[in-house]
Amino acid sequence: MFEHIDPNQIQLTSEGELKHFITVEGLSRELLTEIMDTADSFVDMGAKQVKKVPLLRGKTVVNLFFEASTRTLSTFELAAKRLSADVLNLNISTSSTSKGETLKDTLMTLHAMQSDMFVVRHSSSGAAHFIAEHVTPDVAVINAGDGRHAHPTQAMLDMLTIRRHKGDFTNLTVAIVGDILHSRVARSQIHALRTLGAAEIRVIAPKTLLPRHIEALGVKVYTDMQQGLHDVDVIMMLRLQKERMSSALLPSESEFYKLYGLTADKLALAKPDAVVMHPGPINRGVEIASSVADGDRSLILDQVTNGIAVRMAVMSMAMSGQTKCRMETAESFETRL
Amino acid sequence: MSILIQGGRLIDPASQTDMIADLLIQDGRVAAIGVDLQEQAEQVIDASGQVVCPGLVDLSAHSREPGPAQRGSIKTESRAAAAGGVTTLICPPTTNPVVDSPAVVELIKDRCEETGITRILPMGALTKGLEGDQLAPLYALASSGCVAFSNGRNPFTSSRVLNRALEYAATHDLLVVFNPEDAALAEGGCMHDDTTSTRLGLNGIPSTAETIEVARCLLLVEQTGVRAHFGQISCERSVHMIAEACERGLPVTADVAIQNLLLIDENVNGFNSAFHLQPPLRGQLDRAGLIQGVITGAIQAICSNHHPLEKAAKEAPFANTEPGMTGLETLLSLSLMLVEQQILELPQLIEKLTLAPATIMGIDAGKLSVGSRADVCIFNPELSWSLTPETSRSRGKNTPFMGYPLRGKVTHTLLNGHTVYSL
Repeated sequence: MFEHIDPNQIQLTSEGELKHFITVEGLSRELLTEIMDTADSFVDMGAKQVKKVPLLRGKTVVNLFFEASTRTLSTFELAAKRLSADVLNLNISTSSTSKGETLKDTLMTLHAMQSDMFVVRHSSSGAAHFIAEHVTPDVAVINAGDGRHAHPTQAMLDMLTIRRHKGDFTNLTVAIVGDILHSRVARSQIHALRTLGAAEIRVIAPKTLLPRHIEALGVKVYTDMQQGLHDVDVIMMLRLQKERMSSALLPSESEFYKLYGLTADKLALAKPDAVVMHPGPINRGVEIASSVADGDRSLILDQVTNGIAVRMAVMSMAMSGQTKCRMETAESFETRL
Repeated sequence: MSILIQGGRLIDPASQTDMIADLLIQDGRVAAIGVDLQEQAEQVIDASGQVVCPGLVDLSAHSREPGPAQRGSIKTESRAAAAGGVTTLICPPTTNPVVDSPAVVELIKDRCEETGITRILPMGALTKGLEGDQLAPLYALASSGCVAFSNGRNPFTSSRVLNRALEYAATHDLLVVFNPEDAALAEGGCMHDDTTSTRLGLNGIPSTAETIEVARCLLLVEQTGVRAHFGQISCERSVHMIAEACERGLPVTADVAIQNLLLIDENVNGFNSAFHLQPPLRGQLDRAGLIQGVITGAIQAICSNHHPLEKAAKEAPFANTEPGMTGLETLLSLSLMLVEQQILELPQLIEKLTLAPATIMGIDAGKLSVGSRADVCIFNPELSWSLTPETSRSRGKNTPFMGYPLRGKVTHTLLNGHTVYSL
């Protein structure tokens, strides 16, 4: 009873174009490739004298961050500005919600200000989905991270970074290491890697940091990092929050570093040309050694550069799909009159 | 006042009646049952093609009174009950203020009498303020009319206090109702902990949150000898544990909410907050185990677990919404799906909605033989309908079955021989 709900229903137009970007799950390989291709063209543009294109000229983008963020917020802001949009940054965690306003009311208020796009980060899984489905379906919603659910632009910038270094996904063995349980990044990476055809996806973590039945997402589970890193092409590290120690998930940072921190010794178990990635901000000496983070195999700064390009790609694609939808709605409204 | 109900299929599990018969009601009681009764009555209801059965007894329905009026009141939820053929509601003590003093019981009784549409029988709190700390005045509450005692989902952090509460209840031969959930294991969770919760990134409530508490309660029931009922269990394992305790002769019973027999955790896909329920919808195997429990009789009764909520309570990201769904108006129609799916025969189903819950609570209800109280539900098993926000009588419109095509509709509900609902 009740049909299975396809997340694509709300983020794609009837033509299969993006109109929101909520999750990577369920999107086609063609669409993910299109995002990367579009982003590729923006990466090259970033190196030019004039870094702006007029794709979002006259549009208002609101960055709605219900959770603190520096890196994601600033790259989204830069991406919007390079697309010539007008940008409003709102740090909601310190304003309306503390006055008791509901999420819906906050969004409806911003909607009344005729915003065209909401970039949303929220601590609750499904927040972006909720906004796109129930609150403002006619505003393009870009998920900048919702709870433990998804961080699709992060996953796509990671995919772009891998593609720019490795070319193809089909021969790659990728390991995701660290706090998988609390990570929206890991979940989105897994969906993206599967869709793009990665040969093998591994997750490496102690059992306290692994969600139940994570293997159902199509990954191999390792609790031993030495075994898990053997012959991998790509190592994607995750950030470990300090709170994990106080909630009895781990005994100490030092024990975690000893067992799951990426050191030069452990990196040596991977393929000789293996690359190292991290969504940042990094905890040196907790999940990764400085020598590795700063080493020649590290792509951490490339990820940041690619992040702006991927966000530009996704924002311009979703805006285009959303604009078409609005025109269709307006047309059908006129026909009815 | 006399009413003659003619030509319906009369199902009364208590007397194992299942036949086409007329039913005569006089002065609030069943006066006669028979084929082609010739007695005169002031009102005649033609029930041909319909089922006539005892009014339903719902083991868990929140009326919200006393408490937040935007969620419901005894008046609104009684109307919903009547529309669903439910004539007796057992209400949990989790009102505001909680049912931990006879004054609150009196208030509920007064409001119920004023409304006169349903019989509401409150459960009393096991501990003061449901805090799991000091005993509530169980004897006084029972004397005022509480039919059972529960702490709801509020935890007993101290097993010693729980043990004493059960000993004290046993002293007065009172029935204790558990909604088993280990608070620490369930903390922060909003759905069943499994692959769907992993995919959606929603915090899970593991099955062990229920089963560990079932185990603790069963061990203390064994030690204290108290009569106990497990309300709204959700896990296959709980069914086995309770059945095993029954086999060893412990005085325990169990019920399940109809939604846990029909839906599973995968329904949460798409983050639809209508599926945010307590207990959570579990996996396919749990659902199968619960159905099996209903078939074997390890689970005696089916309830609605009616939780009316205001609109805003469901308008937020999934984990930030309140759990619960309304169920009084759909209890019978949804339960009839079990008959359609050939899980139960119709008389068996009626028994789980009437006689069994009344027997568990030890109350005079759920029967339809000469002399018994005339609480009657008449329904057309073939009539298709859908619940809509406009037609729903409950103040809460929060059910995933809103607009869902249903079959089997209550046409008349009688309480003490008075018509309280007719289609």
